[in-house]
Amino acid sequence: MLSIKNLHASIDGKEILKGINLEIKAGEVHAIMGPNGSGKSTLSSVLAGREEYEVTEGSVTFNGKDLLELAPEDRAREGVFLAFQYPVEIPGVSNINFLKTAINEIRAYRGETPMEAKDFLAMVKEKQKLVELDGKLANRSVNEGFSGGEKKRNEIFQMAMLQPKLAILDETDSGLDIDALRIVAGGVNKLKTKENATVVITHYQRLLDYIVPDFVHILYNGKIVRSGGKELALELEEKGYDFIKAEIGA
Amino acid sequence: METIIKNTITDKLIAGFTASKNTLFGDGILREQAMESFSKLGVPGRKSEEYKYVNMEQALKGDLAAASPKPISEGQLNSLKVIGNAIVLVIINGRFSAEHTKFNNNIKGLQVMDIAEASGNAVFQKHYAKYADINSDPFVALNTAMATGGVFMHVEKGTVIERPVHIIHISSSSESMIIHPRNLIVLEENAQATVIESFVTVDASAKVFSNALTELFIDASAILQHYKIQEENENGYLVNTTQALQKKQSVFSTNNFTLSGSLVRNNLNIVLDDEQIETHLNGLYLTKGNQSVDNHTLVDHRKPNCNSNELYKGIIEEKSTATFNGKIYVRKDAQKTNAFQSNKNILLSDDGTINTKPQLEIYADDVKCSHGTSTGKLDEDKIFYLRARGLSEASAKKLLMHAFASEVVEHIKIDELRDYVEAKITARFA
Repeated sequence: MLSIKNLHASIDGKEILKGINLEIKAGEVHAIMGPNGSGKSTLSSVLAGREEYEVTEGSVTFNGKDLLELAPEDRAREGVFLAFQYPVEIPGVSNINFLKTAINEIRAYRGETPMEAKDFLAMVKEKQKLVELDGKLANRSVNEGFSGGEKKRNEIFQMAMLQPKLAILDETDSGLDIDALRIVAGGVNKLKTKENATVVITHYQRLLDYIVPDFVHILYNGKIVRSGGKELALELEEKGYDFIKAEIGA
Repeated sequence: METIIKNTITDKLIAGFTASKNTLFGDGILREQAMESFSKLGVPGRKSEEYKYVNMEQALKGDLAAASPKPISEGQLNSLKVIGNAIVLVIINGRFSAEHTKFNNNIKGLQVMDIAEASGNAVFQKHYAKYADINSDPFVALNTAMATGGVFMHVEKGTVIERPVHIIHISSSSESMIIHPRNLIVLEENAQATVIESFVTVDASAKVFSNALTELFIDASAILQHYKIQEENENGYLVNTTQALQKKQSVFSTNNFTLSGSLVRNNLNIVLDDEQIETHLNGLYLTKGNQSVDNHTLVDHRKPNCNSNELYKGIIEEKSTATFNGKIYVRKDAQKTNAFQSNKNILLSDDGTINTKPQLEIYADDVKCSHGTSTGKLDEDKIFYLRARGLSEASAKKLLMHAFASEVVEHIKIDELRDYVEAKITARFA
């Protein structure tokens, strides 16, 4: 589904990603772990299409298409979803209206007719249950006045509404208490199918107790330095990032 | 050179007065005094502090005929009606249109008439030209000298008028013209009313300069909801003065929407002349092309324990210019005043201009006052967030501009009017 080859990216002339290689297939859950400054958020930003980042080398192919050639909205329409680490507040734009616009623009891109209002509302009702999002929050302005946990739940709610093929969760666990973490992870697990894939980007192993990965990759200094199964995350938790640094002689 | 042009324009307007003064209603002495004041003040030039960002000399140059009546069809008028159950009062080229005004004064406690017919009315005599000071501003002086007609509305003590009153100011001409509509609205103690003033052009194929003035008297405990919807075409030049005086415990909310017009200058002056008064001023201006929109507001806190809250927002596109000048006076007696002001702008082009100037003059020591102003582009992080959910860049921007405007629009309490303004904004950013 997603194939990243030798990806190099920089911001303001500073190279952050220094040759990432990653293959993700439908039905898989990948965790990307790494210490602060290793390039985790840069990777998610580059995949989502943030314009501040410049890709200097390498390629990213998504279901046969050159992802890097696509505008951010077209990546979303192709089925890429980024759950933001810091979801922005957008006063005056209602969650529901904006999702309706998003869904209909995605459908138009795919040559489908707009969704019936009735079907849309039924879907809202169903999906907000998934992350235990209060109906009132769904109707409010996007993230305005939401708590940290509500913002993250709203991200997963949007993910549920948009039904992406590839979901990238950027530090979704940051700032969440254990109950919110459980709800968010539960939502992600319920959305998992054989057809979609999930990338969980995190600093801590904690989230991986709830969203169990098939593969764990350790990102360090802009490169994936080790890959393994879910036990790698536990090893990392036990030994800390220093063992990786020692191992690669950094 | 500037003096010569200025004199020419001022002289031209004085000559217009001399030619028509015998045909005008009301107090001839007041008119002469007003004209004398105007001839002293003159048409403001670019060096005038109060008018430096709007080119009034440019707007007033050339031949400007005195207003002549122009018929409009019922169909044209119907397209200007916004609110189903409103009492619609029509002013065409500065003259009250009895023909188009269907209201027959069948509501108890409400009198409405052509201001040109009101000279014998005691309430009119008590209030007319008592609040808009002919010595303070050349356009007040000019209007007071030249006014040809408009609405006089009187709501008696304790009367609640449920139906909104919609005053439609129509500018319509095929030759350049200057007009001077004049309104006086009096709410007695405990009265309540909603007044919408809209400013439109119909069949205006040449410049129409409208110097419109509305005086509002809001007596103790009265509540007035006031809206101005300005949507003239590119031939519309509008100087619109709103002069309000509030008495004890009254509530005045005024919401100004400038959606189009070549030049719009709003002078909104509110005097809080007693205690426990509440005042809300909201404004939205959407400018593009070569449009120039200038909002001058003055909130004059004269007595203690009053609250005023002001929010003006603008979206500036293309080569247009927007100006906001917000004065707040808190006089020595006005202790425990709460006065807040905010002006926010989005500048969408490199060629657009925004001039913003908050002016607080505070002479009392126990007050809460604040002002804030911001000008920026649309937030890139918000645009990206929306695009990352599948919205095109254009849709994302549209949604954000709508959201920016909605903070003002949501103050409209009449559903039909809010829908109307919403639709205008949607069409504008489509």
